[in-house]
Amino acid sequence: MSHQTLMAILILSPLVGFLINGFRYKKHSAELSGSIATGAAVISFIAALLMVIDLIGLPPEERKIIVHFFDWIAVDRLKISAGFTIDQISAIMVLVVTGVGSLIHLFSIGYMHHDKGVAKYFAYLNLFLFNMLLLVLGDNLLVMFVGWEGVGLCSYLLIGFWFTDKEKAAAGMKAFVTNRIGDAAFLLGMFVLFLTFGTLNFQEINHMVPTTSELTWLAPITLATLFLFIGATGKSAQIPLYVWLPDAMAGPTPVSALIHAATMVTAGVYMIIRLNPLFLAAPNTMAIIAGIGGLTAVMAASIGMTQWDIKKVLAYSTVSQLGYMFLACGVGAFGAALFHLMTHAFFKALMFLGSGSVIHAMHEEQDIRKMGGLRKYLPYTHLTFLIGWLAIIGVPPFAGFFSKDEILWQAFHSPRGHWALWAMGALGAVMTAFYMTRLMALTFWGKSRVPKETHPHESPWIMLLPLIVLAILSAVGGWVGIPHVISEILPGQPGNLLETWLEPVIKSVPGVAEGDPTQEWSLMGVSVTLAVISALLAYHFYVRDPSKPKKVAESLGKFYELVYNKYFVDEAYFGWIINPLVSLSKGIWYYIDVNFIDKTTYVVADLVRGGGQFVRGVQNGNIQQYAMYIGLGVVATMTYVLMR
Amino acid sequence: MPSSDLFLEVGLSHYLVLSAILFVAGMAGVLLRRNAIVILMSVELMLNAVNLSFVAFSHYMGQMDGQIMVFFVMTIAAAEVSVGLAILVSIFKRYKEVNIRFFEHLKG
Amino acid sequence: MILSAITFLPLLFALVVLLWPNTKTLRHLALGLSIIEFLASLAMLAHFDSSTASLQMVERFTWIERFGISYFLGLDGLSLWLIMLTTFLTPIVLLGSWNSIQDRVKGFLVSVFVLQTAMIGTFLAMDAIFFYLFWELSLVPMYFMIGIWGGQRRIYATVKFFIYTMLGSVLMLVAIIYLMFMTQETLGTMSASLLDFYRLKIPFIGGQFFTLQTLLFFAFALAFSIKVPVFPFHTWLPDAHVEAPTPGSVILAGVMLKMGTYGFLRWTIPLFPEASEYWAWLFMTVGVIGIVYGALVAMVQPDIKKLVAYSSVSHMGYILLGLFTFNQFGMTGSLYQMLNHGVSTGALFLLVGMIYERTHSREISKYGGLAGVLPLFTIAFFIITLSSIAVPMTNGFIGEFLILLGSFKAEKAFAYVAVTGVVLGAVYMLWMFKRVFFGEKGELVKDEHHPLHDLSCREICVLVPMVVMVFWMGLFPNHFLDFSKASLDHLVADRSNYQLAIMGDKAEVKAATTAFNKAEASQ
Repeated sequence: MSHQTLMAILILSPLVGFLINGFRYKKHSAELSGSIATGAAVISFIAALLMVIDLIGLPPEERKIIVHFFDWIAVDRLKISAGFTIDQISAIMVLVVTGVGSLIHLFSIGYMHHDKGVAKYFAYLNLFLFNMLLLVLGDNLLVMFVGWEGVGLCSYLLIGFWFTDKEKAAAGMKAFVTNRIGDAAFLLGMFVLFLTFGTLNFQEINHMVPTTSELTWLAPITLATLFLFIGATGKSAQIPLYVWLPDAMAGPTPVSALIHAATMVTAGVYMIIRLNPLFLAAPNTMAIIAGIGGLTAVMAASIGMTQWDIKKVLAYSTVSQLGYMFLACGVGAFGAALFHLMTHAFFKALMFLGSGSVIHAMHEEQDIRKMGGLRKYLPYTHLTFLIGWLAIIGVPPFAGFFSKDEILWQAFHSPRGHWALWAMGALGAVMTAFYMTRLMALTFWGKSRVPKETHPHESPWIMLLPLIVLAILSAVGGWVGIPHVISEILPGQPGNLLETWLEPVIKSVPGVAEGDPTQEWSLMGVSVTLAVISALLAYHFYVRDPSKPKKVAESLGKFYELVYNKYFVDEAYFGWIINPLVSLSKGIWYYIDVNFIDKTTYVVADLVRGGGQFVRGVQNGNIQQYAMYIGLGVVATMTYVLMR
Repeated sequence: MPSSDLFLEVGLSHYLVLSAILFVAGMAGVLLRRNAIVILMSVELMLNAVNLSFVAFSHYMGQMDGQIMVFFVMTIAAAEVSVGLAILVSIFKRYKEVNIRFFEHLKG
Repeated sequence: MILSAITFLPLLFALVVLLWPNTKTLRHLALGLSIIEFLASLAMLAHFDSSTASLQMVERFTWIERFGISYFLGLDGLSLWLIMLTTFLTPIVLLGSWNSIQDRVKGFLVSVFVLQTAMIGTFLAMDAIFFYLFWELSLVPMYFMIGIWGGQRRIYATVKFFIYTMLGSVLMLVAIIYLMFMTQETLGTMSASLLDFYRLKIPFIGGQFFTLQTLLFFAFALAFSIKVPVFPFHTWLPDAHVEAPTPGSVILAGVMLKMGTYGFLRWTIPLFPEASEYWAWLFMTVGVIGIVYGALVAMVQPDIKKLVAYSSVSHMGYILLGLFTFNQFGMTGSLYQMLNHGVSTGALFLLVGMIYERTHSREISKYGGLAGVLPLFTIAFFIITLSSIAVPMTNGFIGEFLILLGSFKAEKAFAYVAVTGVVLGAVYMLWMFKRVFFGEKGELVKDEHHPLHDLSCREICVLVPMVVMVFWMGLFPNHFLDFSKASLDHLVADRSNYQLAIMGDKAEVKAATTAFNKAEASQ
């Protein structure tokens, strides 16, 4: 098959699935709807796999498959084609999206079994996949933007899937609007780029980027990258636009796994990696990205330590892990960011699906205070969750260890890095180990606090299968990016496969020095040790001595309150931005529209009417008076004529 | 010299002044009086004032045109009075009223 | 002949409807006739030559020789799609009003057809007086439409609408007459032809208000601004929309507002290039104010129809902003946005009308949870909402993107403010959507005595063409823009000395070039 056909199948298969399920939106059969949707996703995955195999067959420098379908917009110099590219970066991403996506579709068949709107659900899920593929594969910024907004839309639909609940509908809207703020900035970024380079095509832009870095803040590339980064903070839930993601947990759990953990939220990171030469040319932007990333990683992790909702904990964990990815981008370690994106997709999807399995077992209960000791009821779920836990807290040789370690090392070592960034990353890692262990302990270990009327049961195989596959990936997925220092001591010296693969498309930071192996080893040792200590501490707190956490929380007092209430960011946004805006709008409507403009026109109308009344008085139907006017007129005329 | 003329000899200007006085008196009657019959009479007065000036001019300029014009005016005045009185009489028959302020159906 | 046919067929149809004896088949007849008109306009589209910017299919006869007024119709890329929009919307409006207009059906249908002639004539007339005739004619049927078939405060609304629009156009008439006298001075004979107006060199002094070109410019601009409507003149619009019956709202929003923006494109900008450029900041400012202001006010409306009306103010702000960027992106975007707005806002009014027919209320707070009761209606409403908030792959995105890009190129500050409209648009539409369709069932929705029924076949037939257009225009904008490209290129490139030739008329081309050379030589 030609690449054009393959690409068409890859992209359109989910769209076809969406249309089929969309037209049978009233049907209730989860098996049938789910099979159609899963089939569509799997077909996409196979097509992607075939393309990537072809890609591997090409020599490293020419690994690029470009397919052009039609000209989308052609106005003046703006020529946007509906074109798609698979290269080293999008290859990884497309496999993750379709692969993890297929697994989550499969899981959904079990999870959504009893839901009435199941056909609608799968239609949305397919639509999401379609848009995500546009985002990943688009060969210019505008096609990416189509997917970018499209996934936001699907996210809106899926968060508000149970729309009869007002809270859930509101969460969907919050997600869309917050994303829209980012999207507006994204648009501005595109404008700056277009006016600077005259194109929006990724290859062309990356080619044209000057080799010298910009040092001022308002230079075009810095400005463009800043705008694009604001766009990324919206989509990828970074400070200050992260607030939507925790609320997005209102959606069905598989959706949280697919959209709000594995794929959509990583779009911002992906976009930055796509344009890495451009971002490298703007050191100021990079510094901001690294700072925001580090800050988000720490802040979200700290909130995660206090939450009681199993999905909220995972949501804040996602925000925090995304912070890591931005930290990596900010220090110029784009490869590490992509690596972490991939491993995170595996273990976070695993954990979300695991939590889905738990929630399913607990009959829609999400509060971890009402769980505990679930290990014996849900053995498989516990086992897979355990692997996810090991991966996220960075225990070697699980996937998270390699990618997180790479980021921390780069944060310290890269010329754009700083010890403070490393410290933030390490602090985040320590907190991650704590809250994840806490989650494990409260959910699966210790004494059971399950209410008597609930009888937890293990999920059916259709839900366990994806868990097992993802658990395997979380365990071994990191082995494609083994750092050189470790690779050297391993038998056969496998080397860093990922780095070699990405080498032609990812520019390295100028002036990067050869790493000092001792330093790298010791940093690795420090972060792993700290994480393990933190995990043990959490284990002690929540399994051995369950009364301790309360005491600690009380001793922290106000500070604990602050963190528990998520630093009151939502309240601040509502109090300082949204409510004043609504009042302002009501004000301008009432005072300007109704009272000023309309009243002014009424005044004008009254003046005209008054003038008419006055003139009307002259014409009163009294002939004698008319005659007098005639007489006066004659006199006046005569006077004028005679006196002239 | 001219001042003595003014009193000793009756000239054109005397006729014209008289004509003007009569005309203004007539006009005042037309504009100010409410009684339709009085108004008609005042119209007659105005017409006769004009007649007077016609005759005076005719006499002093030595041409007959003015006096011929007076016959026209008199005929028309007679016709006008007869039509006007006829209308007034029929109005009076119907409304028992000759005050023109009473007839204001056209007033907007 | 084809342009005369397109223009006056509806008038003939009005006569046919008037004389038709059978009242039961009246609606079917009208629908059929309007489809014939649409087919005729398709024939026009097929004959259109997209490679030239000249006027095509010109028909020109002297009408009043002394004043140089002629019967002059011509078509080019600027007017083509607006005519297609008019003929496309009319059958949809007729089908959409099938049940909502019950009394005086005949009068209503006649009004629609007369209005159609007026609108098409406005877009096609190339003679100033002829143009003015159609421009004013369009007020009359709309006046009756709102005044007779409207809601509670219909008289207030219709008088407000009439007087506002009338006020502007009278000044325009003065300006037209002045321009006619100018043609007498410079060309020897008086002429009301737009092409002759283009040849005039109107003196312009920047920085002074009371100079000839500036005054004429504002006379025209005021008429068009009120029609658009531009920010401080917009208050007639919400009232007119709320009181108008559904078909009236659709035509008003879909086509009549575009008469204003078309006026800018066809008359104001090419006739007064220097003044337009000098005062561009003013119009871009009010455009941007309109975008933000319309969106903010729309956000807090308790009435769905009023919300859509204010969203129109916001969208028309985009169009104005794009027009005064004077670059390819902004102007193309504006032309496209005119069509988009016609489709998306037209469809929104139809949808609001459909729900009003069911519940007889437009109050947002009385709804809620509609999505569970009327799934098809919800899907249709959602798609149109997406188009309205310019989500990519729908038509709205293309227009908004091009306009914002154009304004960013022309003057960055405006783009920075206008881009907030992208966010606010999503806020007001989705907030309304949430309150009407999501959440608990509202009092009107759960009323068991009046169970709500989902879309009927007729309503699906009304909405499907709209939805198809939304995606077609969003995915393949070139299918539409290719027709207008030559005209827009010509307008952008030769704006400072705009001339319009008549296709196939050699004398006209020659005259245009000699006039141009003369002007060059005199400078």
